Amino acid sequence: MSDPMQIAPATAPKTRWQRIVDSDIFFSYTRSPVTIIASLVALMLVLMAVLAPWIAPHTPFDPSTIELMDGFTAPMGDSFSGKSYLFGTDDQGRDLLSTIMYGSRVSLFVGFSATLFAMVLGISLGLAAGYRGGMLDTVIMRIADVQLSFPAILIALLIFGVARGLIPPERQENTAIWVLILAIGLSNWAQFARTVRGTTMVERQKDYVSAARLLGRHPLAIVTRHVLPNVLGPVLVIATISLALAIIEEATLSFLGVGVPPTQPSLGTLIRIGQRFLFSGEWWILAFPAFTLILLALSVNLLGDWLRDALNPRLRK
Amino acid sequence: MFAFILRRLLQSVVVMLVVALIAFLIFRYVGDPIVSMAGVETRIEDQEIMRDRLGLNDPFYAQFWTFLSNAVQGEFGISYRLQQPVLRLISERLPATLELAFVSATLALVVGVLLGIFTALRARSLLSGAIMAVSLVGVSLPTFLIGIGLIYIFAVELQWLPSFGRGETVAIGPWRTGFLTDSGLKSLILPAITLSLFQMTLIMRLVRAEMLEVLRTDYIRFARARGLPEKVINFRHALKNTMVPVITITGLQLGSVIAFAIVTETVFQWPGVGSLFITSVQAVDVPVMATYLMFIAFVFVVINLIVDILYYLVDPRLRVDSRRGGH
Amino acid sequence: MSAPILSVRNLVVDFPLRRGNFRALDGVSFDIAPGEVLGVVGESGAGKSMTGSAVIGLLEPPGQITSGEVHLTGQRIDTLPAAELARLRGKRIGMVMQDPLTSLNPLFTVGEQLIETIRQHMPLSEDEARARAISLLEEAGIPRAAERINAYPHQFSGGMRQRVVIALAIAADPELVIADEPTSALDVSVQAQIIKVLKDLCQRRGTAIMLITHDMGVIAQIADRIMVMNAGKVVETGTVANIIKHPQEEYTIRLIASIPTISRTGDAPPAREDQGGASYVEVSHLVRDFDMGATIVDRILRRPANLFRAVNDVSFRIRKGETYGLVGESGSGKSTCARMIAGLIEPTSGSVKVAGQDVWAGSEGARARRRAVQMIFQDPYASLNPRWRVGNIIAEPIRVLGLAQTASEVEDRVADLLRKVRLDPIVMRKFPHEFSGGQRQRIAIARALSSQPEFIVCDEPTSALDVSVQAQVLDLMAELQQEFGLTYLLISHNLAVIRQMATDVGVLHNGVLVESGPVDAIFDHPQAEYTKVLLDAVPDLAAID
Repeated sequence: MSDPMQIAPATAPKTRWQRIVDSDIFFSYTRSPVTIIASLVALMLVLMAVLAPWIAPHTPFDPSTIELMDGFTAPMGDSFSGKSYLFGTDDQGRDLLSTIMYGSRVSLFVGFSATLFAMVLGISLGLAAGYRGGMLDTVIMRIADVQLSFPAILIALLIFGVARGLIPPERQENTAIWVLILAIGLSNWAQFARTVRGTTMVERQKDYVSAARLLGRHPLAIVTRHVLPNVLGPVLVIATISLALAIIEEATLSFLGVGVPPTQPSLGTLIRIGQRFLFSGEWWILAFPAFTLILLALSVNLLGDWLRDALNPRLRK
Repeated sequence: MFAFILRRLLQSVVVMLVVALIAFLIFRYVGDPIVSMAGVETRIEDQEIMRDRLGLNDPFYAQFWTFLSNAVQGEFGISYRLQQPVLRLISERLPATLELAFVSATLALVVGVLLGIFTALRARSLLSGAIMAVSLVGVSLPTFLIGIGLIYIFAVELQWLPSFGRGETVAIGPWRTGFLTDSGLKSLILPAITLSLFQMTLIMRLVRAEMLEVLRTDYIRFARARGLPEKVINFRHALKNTMVPVITITGLQLGSVIAFAIVTETVFQWPGVGSLFITSVQAVDVPVMATYLMFIAFVFVVINLIVDILYYLVDPRLRVDSRRGGH
Repeated sequence: MSAPILSVRNLVVDFPLRRGNFRALDGVSFDIAPGEVLGVVGESGAGKSMTGSAVIGLLEPPGQITSGEVHLTGQRIDTLPAAELARLRGKRIGMVMQDPLTSLNPLFTVGEQLIETIRQHMPLSEDEARARAISLLEEAGIPRAAERINAYPHQFSGGMRQRVVIALAIAADPELVIADEPTSALDVSVQAQIIKVLKDLCQRRGTAIMLITHDMGVIAQIADRIMVMNAGKVVETGTVANIIKHPQEEYTIRLIASIPTISRTGDAPPAREDQGGASYVEVSHLVRDFDMGATIVDRILRRPANLFRAVNDVSFRIRKGETYGLVGESGSGKSTCARMIAGLIEPTSGSVKVAGQDVWAGSEGARARRRAVQMIFQDPYASLNPRWRVGNIIAEPIRVLGLAQTASEVEDRVADLLRKVRLDPIVMRKFPHEFSGGQRQRIAIARALSSQPEFIVCDEPTSALDVSVQAQVLDLMAELQQEFGLTYLLISHNLAVIRQMATDVGVLHNGVLVESGPVDAIFDHPQAEYTKVLLDAVPDLAAID
């Protein structure tokens, strides 16, 4: 108990970098080898997909470069044309490694876009419901409740089916990927909305919000400047898990043949193609895309799992 | 109790009405029903006559009313693709889906709850860590890949189990069951495991998380301070409290098994409603899509109602003030 | 002194944490004689609860006893295997925890929980155990115990639940009961009853009590001896009268000195020049109804609204530069009052005038209110946005109300405000979590001052703080009042704080202002029945002999 009426000199504030290094999140990251590996794997897969046009050994969708005679070349096996294929080729002679790189590009693009869409929609509705309360809250949350009780894949299939009926056939190929993003995004927003709404209702009761209301700040300013930064923690966790779900969902839809058009195969499409040759011994056409998909989903899931524990204040010791 | 159930029942009716409205909108406005039914070659005049006869020129609410009253009487229209009544198509295939869903749901529930309790109580043991790691892999594995993997191992390589179909079935009245034949049971094993794995991991993680939460509460600490033995604390106190939230979510998870069957049925060429739905989506067979939506919604509403009643029976707090705020 | 029931020697408890080892207890030694009540006091983080948990073997991981010994009637118990230690709990050492609302399992009836505890420790049949449970509940002061035994915990009030918890703690006639803040979650008037029940029940059985609390008043009422703890160590131990009247150690002296007392100390507040003169804040006939949740179904059926009147016709006035204290227990409507006056909750009827301007009169009233009225909140952990830097938190009113033009002007004002609340201006680049509770409350005060208000509503500004910190914050508030001529409305459940700070006081009970007037008049000669009850329930250290 120093003399309360004197100003005690305070230590200097930390720099941003110090703050990161000192944070519990960073600490728990450095202490979890699994998480480090998962993040490296995820990073590698993302880089591979993003840089595919520049680093892929072949251009699998350019008919002029495909050697049809090289079809069904085994991994590292001798091909008809003498070219070497690390992961082998598929029935049409396309290099599997390259198709996988381009495929993950589609998968990741759909996954990220759909998650972003779901996130923006879910956060907005969740903030509105949680902050305003009343009828708006009841209506939004009832819709979310009903939707949450249906599996995402069913909702996505329905939206997809409806879109097919509404969009003229000649434009379906171009719009397919956007319909897919819309379908997956719309099937995942409720999780965000529910969490954000719950956190918002807790934050709304806190007195820092009262202090801002006292100044007559507009509700929109309070929600975006004060409440939003405080609900982002749980959102981050859900976003990560949701990304993994979206990637799996996209793969499932494409596997069911209702996803992206065959001209733009995603990992799911590649697996669908590969499944046909599983029983005839050409295992690699299925195995490599499947392995990539699992690796991608698993590493993202591992990150989400770690993030949930690291952000949980009760588990922080 | 009565008022509580009545209120829930009312809510269910509202949900069903909303879903019916969505189904109707899909049915009416996705594609042109006349063109889909009669084909493009029909003359415009004939199309107009059909339009009138089918009431498609009636006001919106009248059409919706007709749709609703037909639905209540089990009249869901004719499939565009198969030219058969939708109700017959679905009821023919329903036993296959329900049997598959029942077996996987039971499997998921029993194994999921047991593993969840185990991993929560032995949170620090090596085995729990291993189970949790495997479950994370399980969540990351798409259902269709699990199915393909199982087919490859048990049907292609080992040749122990069939890779597709339902095997032989026996008819009991209108119900064709696969439970009574050897091949029927064998055919069920792989799809049931495939379908249950995802739900199993979810239920397990849920039970574990809830139980860990309960084990941290004051009343469990106080139960320790009262000198109750670990067994009583874990299995009498903590378990009962864990079950309250678990009942709700688990109920819904089990419901989604039926809908999740879409993927599994496709992989195993299982002749159920799920595979019917997927082919309908591909062919934009709108009456089947709309009916399937209502069917799934109905299943969920019924499960929800049962869950609410169970909830009510387990939690005494609800019995006094049955008003559950903002759930 | 006979052989002690409990004897603790050089107890050390460590928490191996990521930033190194945290020593929660550092060489704690004490004895408790049979039938004795030992009060353990200290501020938050002193290690008093930790001592209780360590004795009963319920340390939260990763905490562990690293050295020292615990003996129960001569038998060493800290080295017992977990299962044997568990057998001691409830049978020989009972425990009462702080929050009665969370101590009981909500899914089991009170009877089920009592009977399972009794049968765990005593060879009784179900019926015998039930009979014993009923008589325990009766002893603990639960009316109609034979009926109430089948009720669930949520059907009891907080005070009644704590009686059930006490009945559970002594169900098997233990030799020692560890009571960890048994009354902190309860209202003042209930507190006294619970203390009495605990003391009576234990006295009748000759049970010793280890009473852990931050509230010196509670200890004074019940304890035989006091043990003062600070930072994991025992500061001093002695009889109640000795510690309170003649503390030896530096820490104890300051601790005792910072406890506000309900009796008048020092100067009475300055006498008023003009009795009943011009009032600065005028609250008249304030009413607030809350709609207790009409569902959609209710609304469609147009059922009559289920209204609850939280504040019922409250009127008072505050003169400029003075402090009006508003006291009341939880649920009395005092916070609702505060929020209506500050402009956060709209009154159902009635008016609030500040400097003659009705603050709820349209946009003009709102504008006047934003400049003139500010608020200091109870919980300094929730009243500062954790994602904002301190500088931005304090600058928000300046920016929103346009009180300064350039960025450097804003920064100068923030620095100035920080100095006013005795904080180094360099802290404006830090985040709230880097500060202690007392420091955060200073930041909250700086924010309240930044719009240059004339009237500040203080809603329990110190109830979340330790007593020594409370004294500092109250001193600061008094000083700032002098310096800026501030008018305060001070809401508190702590009568001593009100007595020391306020000129006038109002007593709120169930939303009704039962009494209002000069603080000395009301505290020394209460008229309303409720005020008397409230004043009687307050333990007064000055009355210890």
